[in-house]
Parts: sequence; C-alpha cells; structure tokens
Amino acid sequence: MKETAAFQASDMISVQNVVKEYGKKRAVNDISFSVKAGEVFAFLGPNGAGKTTTIKMLTTLLPPDKGVIKIDGMDVARQAYEVRRRFGVVFQDCTLDQTATVYENLWMHCSFYQIPRSERKRRIAEVLELFNITSHQRVIVEKLSGGLKRRVELARALLHQPVLIFLDEPTLGLDPQSRRLLWDHLHFLKKTQNLTVFLTTHYLDEVERFADTVAVINQGKIIAAGSVSDVISHAKGQTLEDAFLSLTGQLSERESVFFAGKTEIEDALPEADN
Amino acid sequence: MDLIYCLWRRQVMAYLRAPGRVFSALAQPFLFLVALGLGFSPIYQQAGRGDYFAFLVPGVLGSCILFNTVFAGNDLLWDRQFGFIKETMVAPASRTCILFGRALGVTTVALIQAVLVGVVCSVAGLHKVPAGGVLIAFGFAVLIAIFFSFIGSILGSILKDTQSFGQIVNFVATPLFYLSGAVFPLEGQKLLVVTLTSLNPLSYGIDGMRGALGGQYYYDPLMSVFILIVVNIVAAFAATFAFSRVRPD
Ligand SMILES: Nc1ncnc2c1ncn2[C@@H]1O[C@H](COP(=O)(O)OP(=O)(O)OP(=O)(O)O)[C@@H](O)[C@H]1O
Ligand SMILES: [Mg+2]
Repeated sequence: MKETAAFQASDMISVQNVVKEYGKKRAVNDISFSVKAGEVFAFLGPNGAGKTTTIKMLTTLLPPDKGVIKIDGMDVARQAYEVRRRFGVVFQDCTLDQTATVYENLWMHCSFYQIPRSERKRRIAEVLELFNITSHQRVIVEKLSGGLKRRVELARALLHQPVLIFLDEPTLGLDPQSRRLLWDHLHFLKKTQNLTVFLTTHYLDEVERFADTVAVINQGKIIAAGSVSDVISHAKGQTLEDAFLSLTGQLSERESVFFAGKTEIEDALPEADN
Repeated sequence: MDLIYCLWRRQVMAYLRAPGRVFSALAQPFLFLVALGLGFSPIYQQAGRGDYFAFLVPGVLGSCILFNTVFAGNDLLWDRQFGFIKETMVAPASRTCILFGRALGVTTVALIQAVLVGVVCSVAGLHKVPAGGVLIAFGFAVLIAIFFSFIGSILGSILKDTQSFGQIVNFVATPLFYLSGAVFPLEGQKLLVVTLTSLNPLSYGIDGMRGALGGQYYYDPLMSVFILIVVNIVAAFAATFAFSRVRPD
C-alpha cells in the first residue's frame, strides 16, 4: 500500500508490516494500514481471516512477531502502559467478571483506570443510563442475557473516556434498539470528542452506513482498503456485500453446491406438499 | 492500593456468594478430624502422648489453609479461560498489584475458613485454647496462607487447563499435607521423614500454631517465623514473575 513509508502525525493507528504466527500458522501476514483520528474504521474479513488476532496485537495483548504498531504516535511494544490509557476495547468474547455484579464490574474498571473515587459514581450512572442497563446494575453478570452482557461491556469500554475504541463484533447479539443506541452514541462521541472507532463486524449494512474507511483482510493479508465507495468500485460491485464477496472469494465450491441443493429442495417442496 | 483492595474484595465477594463452596471447603477438614481423629486417638493415648485431637486440630487448620489457597489458583485459570484476564491485561495497571490483590483475597478467604474450623473445634471442646495463643496461632496461619496463595497463583499462571489443574494440584498438595507434621508427631520419626518435613514450609506454620495453641513446639517458633517470612518473599517474587508471563490463550 501507499502509506507504508512514514508515520503521519494525524494517524491514530499505524500498522507497518506486522506478522503474527501461531506455531506454523500465519494468522496475520505482513499487513500495513493506518487509521486517522476521528475516523470510523471497519476491519472486514471472513471467519479466521485474522481480525481478532490483529486487535489483540493493537491492544498490547499479543506481541507481533515482526513489524511496528503505533497508537497515537506511541510504539505499542515500548510504551504499552501509555497506550493502554488511551484505548477502550470490547473483545469478541465476553471479558466481564461473571461472579460480580454489573456495578462491581464497572467499579473495578474505574479502579483499573485510576478514575478518582469522587467521579466514579457519576460516570457509572452515565454509562448505565446510556446503554439502558441501570435497572440491571445489581445483577450478577452470569445471570444476564448475552445481549445485556454485551451492553455492559460497551458501557465499560467507554467508562474511562478513551480517544480510541476497538470493537470486535460489538453488535453481535444486540437487538435493533441497542444497535441503534450504540451507533448514535459512537457518532455523538466522534463528533464531540473526535473518538476514533476501530471495528470488526459481519454486518455490512452497518459498515456502509457508519464507516468512513474499510480494510478487507483475507487469510492474513489485506486485499483492499480505502473509503467504502472506493472499495465497492474497486471490486466492481453494487453494494459492499458484493464487493466483499468478490474480494474474498464468492463461496467455496462445497458451500455453493450446498446452496444449489437447497434451492432444489425448496423448488421441490410444493410438490411434496401436494 | 485502591486496585489491590478492589481485587481483594472481588475474591472475598465471590466466596461469600457461593455458600456451596463455603460448605464443601469446610467438609474436608471435618472429614480429616473425624476419620483421623477417631482412628488414631486410642493409639495415640496408649503411646502416652495424651489427647490426639488437641494435636490434630492445628494440622487440620493447616490443611484447610493449604487446600483452600492452592486450589484458588484455579480461579486464575478460569479468568484466563473465560476472558476476565484480558480486561486486567489491557488496563494501565501494574501486574504486581493485580497479583497481590488476588493473592490477599485468597488469603483472606482461606483464613475465614480456618477460623470457622477453629471455632467449631473449640466449641466442640476438641481442644482448649489459651487466649493469648490464639493471636500467635493466627499469625502463623496468615504466614502460611500468604505463602500458599502465591503458590496457587504460580500454578494458576503456568498450568493450561482447569481439568488437569485439580489432579496436578492434588499431586502437589497431598504430600505437602502428609509431610507437614499435621497428622503425626515428628519425635522418633526416621531421618528421611524429618528431613522432608523440615523442607516443607507448611510444617513450620502448623508447628507454630500447635505450640501457640497449647501444644509442644518442635521447632523454635522464632526460627519458624523467620523461615516463613523468607519463603514468603521468595514466593512473592516467583509468583510475580510467573504472573507477568501470563498471556491470554
Ligand atoms: N490462540 C490461537 N492458537 C492458534 N491459532 C489461532 C489462535 N487464535 C487464532 N488462531 C488462528 O488464527 C487465524 C486467525 O484467527 P482470528 O481469530 O484472528 O480470525 P478472525 O478474523 O477474528 O475470525 P472471526 O470472524 O471468526 O472472528 C485462524 O486461522 C485461527 O484458527
Ligand atoms: Mg474474530
């Protein structure tokens, strides 16, 4: 890609030639990209493409085997502590303390981020209100439904007012109301605080509606990047979904056969009824 | 400090919220008391050594602390498998504080259990306690509880899955229990047994509690305290190191 040469001052995230291997498997294969401050950046790709692995490296959880990652101008490997203060993250899998209540989870988060005690109550009340979970604050997390847990995680990730937020499939399991709430609020934060959003999702309509830029990763390699419209026209598609499918390979042969088979069955159904 | 307190509280609250756990953790010491106590009491008395229950109670308290703390390493393994560890690892917080908060929580829980066992034992009249001795015994209990909390943290940091954890920890903890002077007195034992027992930090804690609770000290109590403090410092460093190397799956 073009911008691999130098770090730009306005880049919130800058990834250069990053490689990550699990044993012999190359999960991330020499990727480079950058995300500007205040952007909503969608990181797309089929299952197993390397999205979560990339997020783990960006959030200092996994050291890359090769390459350099900078966040807000700081090297993730060398200034991990400073970097951690700046971002919030919602991982693909739940990372709440299941044995504690919603409120305790949020309080612990405040403690992790050294938010002054005097401010905690107010901030917690704010995010609870925001995600409509105030009435669940005394419930043990284990007993919440999947979607509610997700909302607690989103609330928690915003509690320390990060300048950058990583969301690994944040809307998975959310009802349409909550989904709308989340997007409205992310937009509000982007406008008022120049929040940068890095997200992965399999809901491409969301991406078309809300993202400024996208990158498509497949088998550990970035195969397209740019604004949503760039990527669509680059792949000569009508919608982002067309573009995504043509970029990442329509359907594997077996899956196509399966779908073909399914139509046949559906065609055959009325007859069977009669 | 605030963070240590928060993680300490988390551990204690999780304990208080699981009454089943409280009960099952109390069951084991009483099993030891009943089975071993009833079984060996007559032999012990015939040998002219007096009340076996009075001898056994500190040992059972020690076992209660040992098993509770070492098995709490499993909580850490759970956090590693079920995500919460990620929340702690992306936070701008000191790993050492996280470890200490957790270890102190585990220590507290184990001490609550031990105190419960102790109270039940004295109510049942299994041993008579000189008032001042209780505090000294509690001090010894604290020292072994912290030590084995660190050991549990180390195991929780390096082991891979929760299923094998139980087996491995049993494999480590059971010999520590039997070779700690918990069940039988050291006087007149073979050199091998005495040596192995003296290499086990738990022995000094149990011996200290036994002496303080009106029994005979086998080791010089001041030396025991010194040894326990030294091993605690070593364990703290080892646990900090092991925990600093934890990576999410
Ligand atoms: N801990 C691990 N050990 C070994 N291999 C792993 C590990 N984590 C991920 N992988 C492999 O790395 C590749 C990328 O996985 P990753 O989780 O990053 O995909 P993803 O793009 O997030 O997929 P999904 O959309 O399903 O979440 C996959 O082939 C996966 O099997
Ligand atoms: Mg993923």
